[in-house]
This record gives sequence, C-alpha cells and structure tokens, in this order.
Amino acid sequence: MKDVFIISEVREEKIHPVTYELLAWGRDLTDKLRGTLSALVLGNNLEEQLKELIFYGADKIEFFKHKELEVFNVENYTKILVPFIKEKNPEIILASATTQGRTLMPYLAGKLKTGLTADCTYLDIEEDTGLLLQVRPAIGGNVLATIKTPEHKPQMATIRPRNKKPLPRNEKRKGEIIVHNINEIFSPRVKRIDFKKREKEVSLSDVEIIIAGGKGLKNPQNFSLLFDIAHLLNGAVGASRSAVDMGWIEYPHQVGLSGKTVNPKVYIAVGISGAVQHLAGMINSENIIAINKDPEAPIFQVSDLGIVGDALEILPLLKKKLYERKKKDV
Amino acid sequence: MRIVVLIKQVPATDKVKIDEETGTMKREEMEAVINPLDLYAIEASLQVKERIKEDSEIVVISMGPPKAKDIVKEAISMGCDKGYLLSDKAFAGADTWATSYTLSTFIKKLGDFSIIFTGERATDGETGQVGPSISAQLDLPILTYVSKIIEIGEDYIIVERETEEGTEILKSSLPCVISVIKAISEPRLPTLRGKLKARETEIQVINLKDLGLSEKEVGLLGSPTRVVKIFYPKLSREGIKIKEKSPEKAVDAIINFLEERGIL
Repeated sequence: MKDVFIISEVREEKIHPVTYELLAWGRDLTDKLRGTLSALVLGNNLEEQLKELIFYGADKIEFFKHKELEVFNVENYTKILVPFIKEKNPEIILASATTQGRTLMPYLAGKLKTGLTADCTYLDIEEDTGLLLQVRPAIGGNVLATIKTPEHKPQMATIRPRNKKPLPRNEKRKGEIIVHNINEIFSPRVKRIDFKKREKEVSLSDVEIIIAGGKGLKNPQNFSLLFDIAHLLNGAVGASRSAVDMGWIEYPHQVGLSGKTVNPKVYIAVGISGAVQHLAGMINSENIIAINKDPEAPIFQVSDLGIVGDALEILPLLKKKLYERKKKDV
Repeated sequence: MRIVVLIKQVPATDKVKIDEETGTMKREEMEAVINPLDLYAIEASLQVKERIKEDSEIVVISMGPPKAKDIVKEAISMGCDKGYLLSDKAFAGADTWATSYTLSTFIKKLGDFSIIFTGERATDGETGQVGPSISAQLDLPILTYVSKIIEIGEDYIIVERETEEGTEILKSSLPCVISVIKAISEPRLPTLRGKLKARETEIQVINLKDLGLSEKEVGLLGSPTRVVKIFYPKLSREGIKIKEKSPEKAVDAIINFLEERGIL
C-alpha cells in the first residue's frame, strides 16, 4: 500500500484552511500512486471539523485526541507521530511550511532518519520510480532545484502555503474517521504558559491588489508613495526582501520565499528585479504589472504588463491621477 | 554555564557557482560571509552571558571549508570565547540531515552545555531545518522563532515565540536548542579588543577522523536527499512590454489595464 499522510495544521483548536491545500497536493500524489490519502489531526475538541477534511479530499482521518494536544507542542506531537509513522510506513508525509510545519517536520525527520525538503513550491511523482519529486527555489532563490529522497522512507516535504488551490468542497465524498483516544500522560519539557493573540495582522491575502516595491525605489521616502497608492486602490503594500532588509518596511509585508506567498487579482511590482526568491511568492497572482528601469529584468518575463521606465517619475503621477479619479467619483 | 552558537558561512553575493554534477554549491570559490541571521544567534548568546551571574563560556561551532575559520574568528571578535570548525572533504554536499548528524556528533563530544543557539535559517539554503533536526538527534527540547528571552534560571528558560497567530510564552527546561529571529535584538559590532582576541585565538579544526565517523555517514553520501536537477524557472507569461519614454503614457497604460480587470 502506498500511503500518503498529510499533517493537518491546527491552530488554537481550529483546522486551518492551509490544510485543504495540503489535501489538494496529497490527492494529486495519492492518485498517481493509486494509494490512500490520510489526514493526521492532533487536538482535542475537533470532531465537528473532521468531516471537512474528507470533503476536501482525504480518504481517511486519523484523529489523535487528548486535552494536552489543544496546543501545538513538538514533543507531544512527536511522541504520538513517530510510533504511528513507523507502524504504518507511509511513502510520503506532507506538512505546511508554517511555523508549525517548519518546526515539527525537521524534528520528525531527525528522529525518523529520513530526508526532508523545505518549502516546496511544486510536487510530482516520477513515473518510472514512483518517487516524490520535490521542487523548491534554491541557492539564494536564484534557481529551482528538484530534490529526491531515493532510498529513505517516508519521503518528507514542507510546502509553501498558497501554491495550490484547494479542491472544490464535495459533501458527497466518503471517508473513514478513526479516533485515537490518547491516554498517556504527557510530560513535555516545553510548556506554553501564555499566549497573546496578535491584534491586527498585516494581511496580504484579503485584498484584490498589491503594490510591492524593491531596491529600485532607492529610499524610504519614495517607498512610502506605495502606501498612498495602495490606499487609493483599496489594496495592500508588499515588498521584496531587499526593501525589508534596508528597513524601509516591516517584515510582515515581505513577499517571496522567505516572506509571504500571495495571489491577488493584480500584483504591481515596482523596482523589483524579480529574483526567483521574490517570484516564488507572487507568481500565482492573476495579473502582474512590472515597472522597472532595466529592460532585461527577469520580472518582465512574468508580467502581463511590463513598463520599462523610471518608477520615481511614474509613481507620483499615478498617485495624482488616481486621486483625481477618486475625487471625481465622490 | 556553557552556551553553544552554531553559525554558517554563506556566499556574499548572489553569483553562486554550482557543481553541475552534484547540484550543490561550490563553496571553495565564493567570497563568503557569516550568515546574516546567525549574527542574531550570536547576539542572543552574548546577552545570556551578560545576564547570568555565574561564569560562562560561549563556544562557536561552524561546519564548512577551511576558509570558514574566518567567520568563527568574526564571532569571537564580537565577544564569543572559543571556536571550532568542522571541516573535511568528506563533509561536502551534506543535506540538512547529514549536517545535523555531523554537528550533533561533535556537540555530544563537547560535553555539558545549557543552550544551543542558531539563526532562523541560512540565507543560502533557506531551509531552517538544521536547528530542529539537531535537537531531535540530541533529544533536546526545541524552541523556534524566538523573539525574546524573558527569564533564565539554572535549569530553565522562558522565552517569547512568534507564530502566525501571535506570541507564545514558553518555558523550557535546559539544556535546549533555540533558534532566534531578528526581533531578538540588533547584533553588536566587533570591538577592537575583540578583534585582537580573535587574532590570537586558535580555531580548532575537527575532521572526519576526530569525530569517529565513516565517510558513508557524512556529506553527500550520508544525505537522504539528492538534488537531481537545477534549472531556471520557465516563465510562461506572454505579457506585453512597453517602453514608455513619457511617464504620462505609462500611467495611462496602468490605469487602462486596471480598468480592464475591473479594479478601477
């Protein structure tokens, strides 16, 4: 049996939607392997939410239930998952490249003595070998690498969120739910003693338009023009890594391999050359506009509208025209 | 108290040479610097040292080509006490598992310690997997994405950890592994006294034989993963590119585009 496991992302006792993206990846690989797709869920009062995982593509739910699992804890998760994985011997285990997945998966792989590929943007099955092909931006984000785990099982990967759309929700899908009531008493060496929920997060996922800036904007004053324009467009501001590194804008705005992955209706890249590092985070946007001085900049290869020109001349004028339009509308 | 800091040498520029046969980086031929995110790990270790009253020692460990001695010296010039470089031709091409295994083997030999600090990830590989993997292989607790050290005692530490949802306050027993993020505090610069000390400090180089490992357990041979292909992404959009001398026309093109897509 060629089993594929996904590790569901549970945050504060809620199954996070990023899990449905994992199921879409998992479904694709499982069908190619003609195997079974199991969603592993750790938590406490999640029974009501489990069916959703079947509607979004899982064949089987393995639910591990215990009061102490209400909070993500690497040691507790590992104590449950390592023996279960060793017993079931799946081909592939996937998790999201989130703070949870990026902590749990290397810990698990360390215990299981197997390979793990971080931050994949694409997965496939190699036809003749049935091995997992894991694609990720590599080497400073300038190229893509295909990585295999040829001789170790399970083959493990974390996946960048927002690189695949969840499957359409289908209430007719059937699946099996297995509840494992955990009786053991946990004594993890790490304990959560408090949690402060972030008041308001910079959200790049709920807007139709993102205007993002990079090195080409030269200084923080120019960069702040993006906020004015984003405001006029009811959009949000994104940034390349260099803009964040130079302190022009905070990290939550960073788009790319080491920041957020976005897919708005329109993404405007201003003064961003388009290293793979950045492209990894925005290539799935519906429409891309690029403004750059350098006609050879790689960003033009992914843009639907490319403007070779000086952003420092274009932005103030764009702001002015948008403002005039808005005034006319009122 | 003994504190370990793990650091990595990374390429200084974006122009990286790749060994076409193995798909790994040619580390010998590059201008190299200390991984910028590891500077925060060094800073965190120095702050812990300053905070606790008892005598303590910061040990810096790196794995890389012989030239990586320079970054270990740099860490010493910032205030660390002692440095080791794990270097052997056999270590080349290691993936995160094999890297963690090699480092863990050495750390076990090193003896008692209270904390291992790492950066969040390296700016070249960008995996962030070595910290958690080492903690698994040494069977230690792991605290990732740590933004603040709140309290430290003889056998425990209390920290803040940032997640997508907010800030967790975690208490861990010691020894443990901690990976820090930038919020931990701005790294200090090397001092003149530090630089003089670094010049005089001997960096001990540890090879395969010193670790008592075989060639099959380290480097490319000891790595569960293989890079099978390196390629430039196929960029498939067939967009229009216009060269607009006048900013007016450029702005018109943008506004038209947004109108057509129903944004305006």
